[in-house]
Amino acid sequence: MNSIKFLYAAYIATWLIHGLYIGSLVRRYGRLRQQMKDLGRGK
Amino acid sequence: MRSFWSIALATLTKDIRLEWRSKDALNAMLFFSLLVVVIFVFSFDPLAEESRHIVGGLVWVAFLFAAVVALNQTWARELRNQVLDAYRVSPAPANALFLAKAIGNFILVSLLEALMAPLFVIFYNLRVLGPAWQLIPVALLGTWALVVNGTFFAAMSLRTRSRELMLPLLLFPVSIPAVISMVAATTSILTGDDPAHFYIVLLLTYDVVFTTACLALFETVLQAE
Amino acid sequence: MKRAFPILAVLTALLLVYAFYQALWVAPTDALQGDVYRIIYYHVPSAWTAFLLFFINFIASVQYLANARPSTARAARWIVIAIGIIGFVAPFIPQVKQQLPTGMYPSSVATTFLIITGLYFVIGKYFVDQDLDVLAVTMAEVGVVFCSIVLVTGPIWARPVWGIWWAPGDIRLTSTLVLWLIYVSYLVLRRFSDSAQTQKLAAVLAVFGALDVPLVYFSIWFFRTQHPQPVIGGGGSMDPRMLHVLLISWMAFLCFAFLVCWSRYRLEKLRREVEEAEALESLLEPAGLAGPSSAVKTPLSRGSK
Repeated sequence: MNSIKFLYAAYIATWLIHGLYIGSLVRRYGRLRQQMKDLGRGK
Repeated sequence: MRSFWSIALATLTKDIRLEWRSKDALNAMLFFSLLVVVIFVFSFDPLAEESRHIVGGLVWVAFLFAAVVALNQTWARELRNQVLDAYRVSPAPANALFLAKAIGNFILVSLLEALMAPLFVIFYNLRVLGPAWQLIPVALLGTWALVVNGTFFAAMSLRTRSRELMLPLLLFPVSIPAVISMVAATTSILTGDDPAHFYIVLLLTYDVVFTTACLALFETVLQAE
Repeated sequence: MKRAFPILAVLTALLLVYAFYQALWVAPTDALQGDVYRIIYYHVPSAWTAFLLFFINFIASVQYLANARPSTARAARWIVIAIGIIGFVAPFIPQVKQQLPTGMYPSSVATTFLIITGLYFVIGKYFVDQDLDVLAVTMAEVGVVFCSIVLVTGPIWARPVWGIWWAPGDIRLTSTLVLWLIYVSYLVLRRFSDSAQTQKLAAVLAVFGALDVPLVYFSIWFFRTQHPQPVIGGGGSMDPRMLHVLLISWMAFLCFAFLVCWSRYRLEKLRREVEEAEALESLLEPAGLAGPSSAVKTPLSRGSK
């Protein structure tokens, strides 16, 4: 029965990794948007 | 074809002469190799029953570190005097330069190995239980496997930040099948348990595949500006 | 095209939920392993997806290098066609058919080679020059994410089933580890390389990696015949109901991977545009030509997408 914990761990780990990656994509997008705005205004 | 080999030979002799004149770097590398062996001797008990089983791995890890140190040195000199730019504009085939560098590195690393191997034999009281002569093709093929890719990746790392770190970072993953083969072959020969033939053939295949790949793609790497 | 994204995202999410339900409730319990085996419904599809993404990276890298000159581009195309034809015909020849491992049907080998050739030409048609490189880096990055999941879920599965986290002779997990290492070094090279030819160097590294993988497989395979090890991930045939759920799971993750890759691809293209615009601006600045009141339009002043 203890082994069921491993099942949960695996599924949680999977979505954690996916979540972190997608989070990094969103952050990078945000930074690019900011850069674009700065360029548009003319630094 | 003749000019290819004469260019390679000329570059090789130039490198050897330069290396010989600045013996400091060479001596430092020799001392580093000695230190690596000593550290291993203190870390992995030579008196243990199973030492013969792990010495294969220890020896090749030590060789690997020594090789990385040596490889990092050899391209640095070219960069300093803009020799690389001269090579790029010259009509000489890029692989002639590559071959010369690779052979030069091979000689240098073999020299380091020739120093380290007897030390391992002494410290670990090694007796070869299998066919000892097979250690020679393993050593030659294994060293070439490390050196040919090492020279190539060293050239690739030239224009990167953290150049010295980049080389082992690129070299180690690609070298894994070669390292597995070298270590397993050496262990097989030392313990005499299993035949090493398959690993020797695999090493040979590895060498052929990657020597071809390096020769074919070096032009691309050299032109990287 | 852009409007499709939210719709596809919702559909993919639904598909993932459906696969999750199937994996946990519909698939039968394994006789030997109990419920823990259900990890494979995440582990195996992630592995197949990662391999597919890395393979596309390899094709894109080869094309990127080959397209440098028309002669090499043509030669590469003919070689790929030859590989496709040989790969399609060979599995049906009796001598070759005997060599195939049990369970591998000649028709599936033949189809795989056809797909490889087809993929080369499809990619070549829709991605040209720089886009090939953008595709390559996208595939590498998302591939590493999925590969990491394989390497994390593998040991989590092995521990309760075999009592060990890792078996050095486990050919699949170890090969996956090496593949992961190669592609992480690929990404590091891209990050650390300043030269204008970074893309070519990375493509060369991808080729080296691809050459390496079969050698890794054989070296571990022989190591394993000398030192028998447990096979993590199980071998042998599978209950058809489990296979069914496995395929559903794979479809769901493929759709998910597609969306992530699409996002990453767009991000990379945007990043390059911004880089170009910044470079242009820094060129024009000293002459006082850049700025909102100037007559010069930087590429981004046509409004954000």
